[in-house]
Amino acid sequence: MREGISYTGIPTERELKDCAGIPDEGRMARGPVACIECVQCIPCNPCESACPVGAITIGDKISKAPVLNAELCIGCGSCIAQCPGLAITVIDKTYSDTLTSLSFPYEYLPLPKAGDAVDAVGRDGNTVCGAKVVSVSDRPENHGTVVVTIAFDKAYSGRVKSIKRLPGREL
Amino acid sequence: MKTYEKEIVIIGSGPAGLCAAIEARKAGCQVLVVDENRRAGGQLFKQIHKFFGSGKHHAGMRGFDIAREIYAEADALGVEFWLECVAYGIFNDGIGLVKNGKCCLVKARRIIVATGGSEDPVAFPGSTLPGIITAGAAQTMANVERVLPGRRIAILGSGNVGLIVAYQLMQAGAEVCAVIERAEKIGGYGVHAAKIRRAGVPIMTRSTVIRARGTDCLEEIVIAQLDDNGKPIEGSEKTLMADTLCIAAGMTPMSELLWQAGVKFDYIPELGGFVPLHDGSMKTTIDELYVAGDVTGIEEAPIAMEEGRLAGISVAVAEGRLAAADGEKLRVEALERISALECDGRKAAKHRQLSEMQLCCGKER
Repeated sequence: MREGISYTGIPTERELKDCAGIPDEGRMARGPVACIECVQCIPCNPCESACPVGAITIGDKISKAPVLNAELCIGCGSCIAQCPGLAITVIDKTYSDTLTSLSFPYEYLPLPKAGDAVDAVGRDGNTVCGAKVVSVSDRPENHGTVVVTIAFDKAYSGRVKSIKRLPGREL
Repeated sequence: MKTYEKEIVIIGSGPAGLCAAIEARKAGCQVLVVDENRRAGGQLFKQIHKFFGSGKHHAGMRGFDIAREIYAEADALGVEFWLECVAYGIFNDGIGLVKNGKCCLVKARRIIVATGGSEDPVAFPGSTLPGIITAGAAQTMANVERVLPGRRIAILGSGNVGLIVAYQLMQAGAEVCAVIERAEKIGGYGVHAAKIRRAGVPIMTRSTVIRARGTDCLEEIVIAQLDDNGKPIEGSEKTLMADTLCIAAGMTPMSELLWQAGVKFDYIPELGGFVPLHDGSMKTTIDELYVAGDVTGIEEAPIAMEEGRLAGISVAVAEGRLAAADGEKLRVEALERISALECDGRKAAKHRQLSEMQLCCGKER
């Protein structure tokens, strides 16, 4: 079976490496930074105007993938909930000596609460490790896209992308 | 039969119809919008996800918020709406409507047909079982009426509609057990696919549903892998438990009124099959008849809105409500917004549609 975002919905290592929205390891080691996993050209640019420091560039032709200037990026997370494709996370490998934090968009109910123990999942939805919810930010200007931040063992840094949906009420 | 007279009548109040109404009314036209549904906004009300595009295309807004905004604008401008009103024909002496259960005729100086598209069915043994519905029906149930169509749902088709519906049904609380796709590649955007993969939904490419089973309603589907010729591979069958199957296998322009009116068509598969020929002003091969949105070829709502604007501007110029130069300026702006959104495939297909129109009109004149 062929691999890659167009065949499986999961980008390959190569696609991620070539993606201009993903910072290198050196930058990640220095503190929070955005990871824009937008590996196809889509006519879309809200991330560009969401960035308060001008670290994301798409340009006048909006059907291009975003380019992140990781040196300018301050890891504030303003872009996370503005991406209609839910493709942006902020990773902080300096969260603590042993833990990495990840902030990601979340649009399911019920919402997790700070302090909850959750299952962190990878790009294929499989559980990677356990995680603890650090914060849940539901701001009116984000129109229902909640930003959840979790912390988990550093060893799983590149693999965690989201959390397992929490069980809802019995239907 | 009661007869009315209107300057501009727009059939369909979706994104194309509403934007056409806004432009025509802004220019001073008297505008009536008719729609068979209870409320204006078309399919936008089912769209609870955020739209792509730029600030000029309502990017980052959810579809239903866009619908609310453009409906409010049209309403504030004084556009007249006849809802739950079916247009059944376009005749020499007017448009045939059923209004409040009674037939009536509306004579219009110009008509914009913005009737949208309809979803394509897929037939296989068992495909008529209750529980097998279109993706749009699932959206209407879950997102508009707030009724979950099922608990364990499979989706046939991985275009943007299929991927988005899978996501929305999970947001509504259902489990989505698979998205099934005939082609080798996923049809929709990678970010939509990635979103549902993260939620644990498998996307089975080069596969299709060959059978559905159930006593009174859908209980299970049989999926087979396809060979290079698109034929099911024997022995590859897999049975999945599902109480609902959503068909998201493409759409076709809803063009019956245009066929009946005698407009010329071309067959362009990339646009969803038979599409009405139109020129750059959205005028069809019949002088007073314009088109906009999915009825001209299946695309996304942001392009439908811009086509609606083009049609609205054109009828206003044709009626002398808008100076040709002012109309041209607005037209160029709308075309720029379309060009920012369109992919190469769309460009080529649309080019074909427009050049067929030129050929067609050239021959007749």
